Amino acid sequence: MIEIKNIHKAFGDHQVINGVTAEFHPGITNLIIGGSGSGKTVLLKCMVGLHEPDQGNVLYNGRDFTRMNFEERIAIRKEIGMLFQGSALFDSMTVEENILFPLNMFTNQSAAEKLERANFCLERVNLAGKNHLYPSELSGGMKKRVGIARAIAMNPKYLFCDEPNSGLDPRTSIVIDELIAEITDEYQITTIVVTHDMNSVMGIGEKILYLHQGKKWWEGSNEEILSATNKELNDFIFASKFMKALKK
Amino acid sequence: MFFQPFGKYILLLKAVFRRPEKWSIYRKEILKEMVAIGVGSLGIITIISVFLGAVTTVQTAFQLVSNLVPRSVIGTIVRDSSILELSPTISAIVLAGKVGSSVASQIGTMRVTEQIDALEIMGINSPGYLILPKIIGAVTMVPLLVIISIALSITGGYFAGSLSGAVTAQDYIYGITTDFIPFTFTVCMVKSVMFAFIITTISAYQGYYTRGGALEVGISSTRGVVISCIMILCADYVIAQLLL
Ligand SMILES: Nc1ncnc2c1ncn2[C@@H]1O[C@H](COP(=O)(O)OP(=O)(O)O)[C@@H](O)[C@H]1O
Ligand SMILES: [Mg+2]
Repeated sequence: MIEIKNIHKAFGDHQVINGVTAEFHPGITNLIIGGSGSGKTVLLKCMVGLHEPDQGNVLYNGRDFTRMNFEERIAIRKEIGMLFQGSALFDSMTVEENILFPLNMFTNQSAAEKLERANFCLERVNLAGKNHLYPSELSGGMKKRVGIARAIAMNPKYLFCDEPNSGLDPRTSIVIDELIAEITDEYQITTIVVTHDMNSVMGIGEKILYLHQGKKWWEGSNEEILSATNKELNDFIFASKFMKALKK
Repeated sequence: MFFQPFGKYILLLKAVFRRPEKWSIYRKEILKEMVAIGVGSLGIITIISVFLGAVTTVQTAFQLVSNLVPRSVIGTIVRDSSILELSPTISAIVLAGKVGSSVASQIGTMRVTEQIDALEIMGINSPGYLILPKIIGAVTMVPLLVIISIALSITGGYFAGSLSGAVTAQDYIYGITTDFIPFTFTVCMVKSVMFAFIITTISAYQGYYTRGGALEVGISSTRGVVISCIMILCADYVIAQLLL
């Protein structure tokens, strides 16, 4: 479980995150939704320490990440997997080398064991046999899937995904979303997905947190979201004609 | 304006020299960098060095009008100026352009495409993993390149002298073999190591703190080269002043 308490983050005098408190439970897909520029990525990066929050605490199963020293943070980081908005694959390495990288760095398994794990992860994301391609040879959806494979290589307890389906066609998006939901359920990890995609919200949003101008405005599940009365949230989810028609 | 970047640079260096997660992986990276920097720069160093020696010979001969000074002095001058100044400094400036820009743009691209964040999330000390192998690669290979450069520069002078008739082969060889002060070579090696350190760390710093996109990567790369060149010449003066 991850708890965040009263997180604040400003860049210069631009207050991006303004006091967000929330809990994220294992085994379900937690979504953080909000418009572009609402601070979703910054909040996610505050949780994993890629940004230092100005104020507030981040607790991983009760352990306060914000107060940890370098070594303690490294230990927590090894339990974290993250899928980045642009996939962030190492482009000097093949698909296989990307997935082997954390294994090589942190485990003392034999080469055969590591390769077996890499192949298992690749199979899990339906990319078996693509071992020797370079990131530049992959499509957007394949890159995201390799990103997921790399994120789960070390059996993480916590999985963070930043816009896993931005820039993908609707069908590929759904494949990625479902993959994330399945993995979350299968290994009972604490998963936090940042998205602005309503298909994802309705598809896998077991718990949703709506962020707007650095604040939490609404919290609930995808079953409750369409009947929510919060004005800011309604402006966001019913922005498109399609969603408006659906409401009627 | 100056102190803040300098402080950030020092902090980055501190992070670079943290204990590596796993030496075997770092060793592989170091070898890769040594090949890239050493073998990769051999061609350009060869070309510039031969010309450096040739030009120094011809120009020294031109300035040497008095008959009281023996022609062999040309050889001595080529040798000493190659060792003390031309080979280390000009090589370093050229390497700042070649190695520095590639270090800055490589690390800068990794920054803007979040590959550095990906390393950090895995629990890897990204400055150490990305920058340390480059520093070690450069600090070991640049002095070797400079030694090669000195040899080639003196050879270039030999051919230019003989071909143009400015100095006979015999005089030239007599010149380069007399009055050698071994300490000049020590100064040369100190310079080479310092310059290698300057090129890699300054360019890596520029790349590591890139923010934005492709345009900013280009800016970082240019900055890395320009600041490295300025710092190389400053360090050149300081080392000369302190050691000679
Ligand atoms: N490193 C940074 N420095 C300054 N401002 C930033 C930085 N990162 C994000 N911001 C600002 O924070 C705001 C929220 O950004 P972000 O979290 O990326 O939005 P999104 O919700 O689309 O992911 C934006 O206005 C952006 O300009
Ligand atoms: Mg974002």
